[in-house]
Amino acid sequence: MRLAILDNGHSFGTKALFALIRTVSRQPVLDVIKLVKYRADFYGGPMQGVTHEAMRGPSAWSVADRELMAAFVAKTNQCEFCTKAHAAVAQRAYGDRKMVSALLSDLDGAAIEEPLRTTLVMLGKLMHEHAVGADDMRAVFAAGASRQQIEDALAVCFSFNVISRLADAFGFFVPGPDAFEAGAKYLLTRGYR
Amino acid sequence: MSNIRKAQKALVQRILEGDGKTSPSKRRAAFNNRGLDEPLGTLVDKVAKHAYGVTDKHIAAAKASGLSEDQVFEIVVCAAVGQATRQYEMAFAALKDATGKE
Repeated sequence: MRLAILDNGHSFGTKALFALIRTVSRQPVLDVIKLVKYRADFYGGPMQGVTHEAMRGPSAWSVADRELMAAFVAKTNQCEFCTKAHAAVAQRAYGDRKMVSALLSDLDGAAIEEPLRTTLVMLGKLMHEHAVGADDMRAVFAAGASRQQIEDALAVCFSFNVISRLADAFGFFVPGPDAFEAGAKYLLTRGYR
Repeated sequence: MSNIRKAQKALVQRILEGDGKTSPSKRRAAFNNRGLDEPLGTLVDKVAKHAYGVTDKHIAAAKASGLSEDQVFEIVVCAAVGQATRQYEMAFAALKDATGKE
């Protein structure tokens, strides 16, 4: 990472936790974990509160849908780390590797329901153009999504708009697929806290 | 207000108004992507608009301007949360326009 403090500026207790994670998972500690554990009172603690609620709180979207949204947000922001990390979670959650990969390459041709597709189109416009209007929201309603579903999708978008920017700005190391698979298992079991 | 919106506001309040190694005014300038001298202005704008384009040189330039790593950490976090917040609030304004309800 581009800041040494994010690699090795943690407290003794946190470094011991990282050693335990390495031993149990037999994988390196992902840089996103190092980030949220560094001065957690400033960023990691409050951010985990937002992200856990967005990704695992009550919602009409399934966990798999929200992980797919996270991967889509990351892909739109051109963040390799977060795209691979959350594509792995979504693939495991859906039990469908091909659909997730296909959607991230071609949203229009993907085999998903219209409320989800239209919501992703709206999120894509928000991120690409830094703008979205009432007509974009009406299109999502017309496709069958509820207001609460739109709010829930915006919360996922907020979280991964933050995290993908930090991953790229701080220069997260992008590990191989085994590390992301281990991360996906953890996130589906324990969530984001 | 939903739990998520409360948690999002608590995050913003913490990074802008809580204790930090950088002054609250500089953290707010990074959050707003406005009013920062170079080289921080370029770094913050990159984080907000094209974070994938941030390079080692941008971070090195910020440190060479006299900032500690902790200060760069805080500035980058504020820049990322600021841009995400603007998009989040813009979308809620569009929802209000579409439904007539907050």
